[in-house]
Amino acid sequence: MSRVSFDRAGLLRGARESWPIALGVFTYGLVFGVLARQAWLGAGGALSMSAFVFAGASQFVALDLWGPDLPFAGLFLTTLAVNLRHVLMGAALGPWFSRLTPLQAYGSLFFMNDESWALTLARCSREDGDVDGAYLLGSGLTVYAAWLASTALGHLAVAGLGDPARYGLDFAFTAVFLALLTGLRRGRQDILPWTLAALVAVLTARLMPGKWHILAGALAGSLAAAWLPRFGSGRG
Amino acid sequence: MAEAAATALAVAGMAAVTYATRAAGLFLVNRLRLAGRWEPFLQSIPGTVLVSILAPAVLAGGPAEWLAAAATVAASLRFRSLPLALAVGLAVVWVLRRIT
Repeated sequence: MSRVSFDRAGLLRGARESWPIALGVFTYGLVFGVLARQAWLGAGGALSMSAFVFAGASQFVALDLWGPDLPFAGLFLTTLAVNLRHVLMGAALGPWFSRLTPLQAYGSLFFMNDESWALTLARCSREDGDVDGAYLLGSGLTVYAAWLASTALGHLAVAGLGDPARYGLDFAFTAVFLALLTGLRRGRQDILPWTLAALVAVLTARLMPGKWHILAGALAGSLAAAWLPRFGSGRG
Repeated sequence: MAEAAATALAVAGMAAVTYATRAAGLFLVNRLRLAGRWEPFLQSIPGTVLVSILAPAVLAGGPAEWLAAAATVAASLRFRSLPLALAVGLAVVWVLRRIT
């Protein structure tokens, strides 16, 4: 089995290869900053939320609930629901991260976001050579910097930046995830889990708000991968 | 409650819940020593998570986004480079949105 290292080289590699996702995160951070201002969340509040929570989707949902009488229980429950997908993502890093020290592993996980996670997995899954344990931290810190800077800029600057869709930047996430997905392809065994995940995700997205569709789709697809007979292999 | 205190409490609670979700996956895998039938489950998670993020997002678009998605996949398969695939996808969606 390949060695898992945790060094400066891996950290820098993760940081260097994360500029495309940092660009996409930056545009979303601008939008968050602008919306936070409109929701009467002050600059300090918006920045501390970006700094300590660092989870875009749940921060947007929080703005929706923001007001003079904050519904704390509802806020924390929605945060949990929106971010529950992290549990699956963290589990998928297990084969490599269980070989790091607790401080390295659980420290890096604070910076785990959808995009950095996907990049890290693509990096770890390569079969040649050693694995960079610090890759997630390097990538996460880059995205973190972009998220903080854009939150501040969006909140402080005039809201005259316009819609990111005008520049096609809203498509950046879709493009990044599509490219990463083509790299994760393992063969015919993926057909059934991926089809089921897509169907369940689309249906759930129609029926429920937030990010439930990621959890529901991934669970359906991965449970099928574990328990249903494989195509062509005859394994039951 | 004073506004600053309410904001601090909201942010602290959200931060705690969010970090718990980030740490829980690795914690559970380490504790439960999942093996056997769970291995194909865990190995398939990266793909099914990405598919679940993508399927509703792509479907929500129109012909411009669908063609750009196809171009992104083609570029990724051909060049095996993330920045290049991203550039192709963004360029195609930008051009198609202008002309449609």
